[in-house]
Amino acid sequence: MDLGLNEEQEMLKKSAREFLSKECPKKLVRELDESDSGLSRELWKKMAELGWIGLPFPEKYGGNGGTLLDLIVLLDEMGYNIVPGPFFSTVVLAGFTLLQAGSEEQKQTYLTKICSGDMIMTFAITELDGTYLPESIETMAEAKGEQYILKGTKLFVPDANIADFLLVAARTGKSTNPADAISIFLVDAKSAGVKVTLLKTLGRDKLCEVVFENVKIPSKNLVGKLNGGWPVIRSILRKATVAKCAEMVGGAQASLDMAVSYAKERVQFGRPIGSFQAIQHYCANMVTDVDGSRFITYKAAWTESEGLPADMEVSMAKAWTSEAYKRVAVLAHQIFGAIGFTMDHDMHLYFRRAKAGELAYGDADFHREIVAAQLGL
Amino acid sequence: MDFRFSEAEKRFRAEVEEFILQEIPPGYADKDLYWPGGYGAIGEFEVRDPAVEKIRKKMGERGWLTMAWPREYGGGGRSFVEQAIFFERLSYYDAPGMDVSTLISGPTILRFGSEELKKEWIPRIVRGDLKFWLAYSEPNAGSDLAAIQARATIDGDDLIVNGQKIWSSGAHVSDCGWMVARTDMAAPPYKGTTLFIVDNKSPGITIRPIVNIDGFHSFNEVFFDNVRVPKKNVVGDMNMGFYYLMVALDFERLVISMGGFRHRYEDLLNYARNTRRNGRLLSEDARVRARLSQLAIEIEIAYLLYYKTAWMMDNNLFPNIEASEIKLITTLLSRKLADAGMEIMGQQAQLWPGSPHAPLRGRFAVGYLDSISAVIGAGTSEIQRNILAQRGLGLKRR
Repeated sequence: MDLGLNEEQEMLKKSAREFLSKECPKKLVRELDESDSGLSRELWKKMAELGWIGLPFPEKYGGNGGTLLDLIVLLDEMGYNIVPGPFFSTVVLAGFTLLQAGSEEQKQTYLTKICSGDMIMTFAITELDGTYLPESIETMAEAKGEQYILKGTKLFVPDANIADFLLVAARTGKSTNPADAISIFLVDAKSAGVKVTLLKTLGRDKLCEVVFENVKIPSKNLVGKLNGGWPVIRSILRKATVAKCAEMVGGAQASLDMAVSYAKERVQFGRPIGSFQAIQHYCANMVTDVDGSRFITYKAAWTESEGLPADMEVSMAKAWTSEAYKRVAVLAHQIFGAIGFTMDHDMHLYFRRAKAGELAYGDADFHREIVAAQLGL
Repeated sequence: MDFRFSEAEKRFRAEVEEFILQEIPPGYADKDLYWPGGYGAIGEFEVRDPAVEKIRKKMGERGWLTMAWPREYGGGGRSFVEQAIFFERLSYYDAPGMDVSTLISGPTILRFGSEELKKEWIPRIVRGDLKFWLAYSEPNAGSDLAAIQARATIDGDDLIVNGQKIWSSGAHVSDCGWMVARTDMAAPPYKGTTLFIVDNKSPGITIRPIVNIDGFHSFNEVFFDNVRVPKKNVVGDMNMGFYYLMVALDFERLVISMGGFRHRYEDLLNYARNTRRNGRLLSEDARVRARLSQLAIEIEIAYLLYYKTAWMMDNNLFPNIEASEIKLITTLLSRKLADAGMEIMGQQAQLWPGSPHAPLRGRFAVGYLDSISAVIGAGTSEIQRNILAQRGLGLKRR
C-alpha cells in the first residue's frame, strides 16, 4: 500500500496553490463568473505554458505524459481556488475522448492544439431531460454521401459558447438497446446551423443550449467507431465524474479553511466564536466530510487511472462527495452568518459550485443506484 | 499511490485467514454476538474461555499479539498496515485477539517503563498470558477524565489505593488493572496522577457486576479499600500518569473492528438479496437499495481512513485528525448499520437470539441496543469533535 501522493504530485499541488492564488484571485473569479465567456485568455495561455492543459496527454501530442491521478491533484487545487473557464470541458471531456477514441490524424490535429492551448473544445452529451443515460440521446446524425446531417438539441453543454469545436453524441441508427446506435462527431462550432445559447444558471458555470439545425459534418469527423460511441461516453463520464469529485473536494477544503480561520477571528460574547463547542463541532463534522470525500475520491481516481474496473468506486465517490460538499458549504455559511449571505463575500462562490457539482454527471441518488447494482442488488 | 496490498501483505493476510479458520473452535463464531463498535456484547469481557486463551497463546507464539512492536522486545517487527490487516481479518471472523495488555499497557511500558518493569511484564504480555482491564473511568470522571478522585498514597515500598472505578469492561475476568489514581492532590490533575498496575487478587478489591443494556455482564464497578500496590508496579515516573495516558491514545488508534462492519453488512446484503416481501425481493425495493448503497459507501470511507491511519503511522506521519475521524465515523456507522438492518428486516428483526424466527441469529437486535454504546465509549463523539477542532484545526478551548 502507498496512500500518499508522490513527490511530483506534491510539487504540482504546491505550485498550483501558489500560482492560482496569484494568477486567479477571487476578483478575477468574480469577473469571469459575471462575464458571458467565463474565459481569461491570459490565464488560459499561462496554464498551457505550465503544461497543465496537456498534463494527462502523451508527449507526442504536446502533452506532459502524466496520469489521470496527476490531473486529479491539479483539479483538487483548481476547485480549492475556483478557476472559471473551459479547462474541465477541454481537457477532461474532449481531450480524453480524443485520446481514447480519436484516430491518429484526429489526435495530431486536435489534441495537439488542445495541449498547446490553441483550441477550446467541449462535449455535448446531455439533452432536455438532463440525464446521463443512453436513452436520453435523441439528437440524430443521418449519413448522406460523404457527410452526416446533424439534427437535435443539447442542453447543459459546458463552455459551448466559447468552444472552437464540439464533440457531439448523436444517434446514428435504430436499435432495441438504446446504447447500441450512438456515435460521436467532431463539429466545428462555426458550422452553419449550430446555434449556441448561454444558459443562466445558479452555478454561473457557462452551461449552454446547443441547437443543431441540419448541420453538415464531414464523415471523417466521426470519432471512434460508427454506433460505438456509448462505451466511450461511459468511460469519459466515469473520468468526468471522478474529476468533478476532485474539484468538489478542493472546494469543500477551501470552505472549511475559510470558515475555520473566520471562527478564530470573529469575536462574540467576548471570545472567538471558534471557542464555542457548537462551532467546534461544526468544524469537526466539516473536516471529517472533507477528508472522507478526499480519500474516496482519490481511491476512485487511482482505480480509474490504473485502468482497473472503477464503476463502483467512482459512483461511491460521487454519491458521497455530492452530499458532503453541500453539507460542508452549508455549515461554513452558518459559521459566517449574515456576511456570508452577501455577494461581496466569497462563500457563495463555493456554495453555488457545491450545487452545480452535485448535479453534474449524476447526483447522489443516481450514483447510489449504480453502487447498488454493482453490489449485486 | 497504490491502494492494493503488496505481495507480502497479501501473503500475511492469507496466513492470518488460514490460522483463524483452522484455530477457531467449531461453533465459536456461530455463538458470537459482538456488534462492531459496541461494548455490550464482547465475549472476552464476559467470560474467561479456555478456548480463547488457547488461541491467544498460539497467536502469541507467532508474535502476532504484539506484531507492531520492535523485535528486541518480543514484537513481530511488522508494520501497522499489517497489524490493521490482522485486526480486520480477526474481526471479520469474530475471532478473539488483542486486549488492553497488548494494545495499551505493553507499548506504554516499552516506552516509559523501567527495565525492571519491562522484564517483569513484557514477556508475559507477548505470550498472551495476561489479561488487563482499564481502570480509568470513575462515577464523576467520564468525559472529564481529569476529575478522577481515586487516590494512592505512598507507604514504604507500597502505594495504598482507595477509591472507585466504573465501566470496567471485563474486570471480573482479568488478571490486572491498568490504573490511574491521584498521587498529589495539591497539584493540578495533569501533574498529580500516577499510572500503575494493580493485581486483581490484591486484598481490598471488590468487583461488582453491572448488567448492560443487552442483559450481559461486561461492565463492573470496582472498589479499592486500602489496596496495597508495590511501588515497582508504577509505570514511568510518579505524577506523570496523565501524560502517559495521552500518549497511549496513539497506540489505540487502530483498535477498530473494521471486518466486523463488513461482515455484518454482508449478512444484511445477502438477507436483502434472498428475502421476499409482498411478492418481491427486498433488494428490488428502491429504498432498500439506496440504504444499502449508502452503507457500502460509508464502510468504504471507514476502510480508507483505517488503512490511511496505519499507513501514516508506518511513515512517521501523525494521524491525529484521522484517528479521531475514524472513531467518529465508525461509531456513527455502528448505529446506522444496526438501524438500517432493523428497518430492512422489519418485524422479525426484534426477535432475540434463540428464536427460530430471528433473522441472522438475532444479532441485529442485540446490536441495535449495543450500538448506543459505540458513540459513548472510549471518548464520546462530542469529545472526538472537540479533539478534531482543537488539536486538528487549532480552535481555542476558551
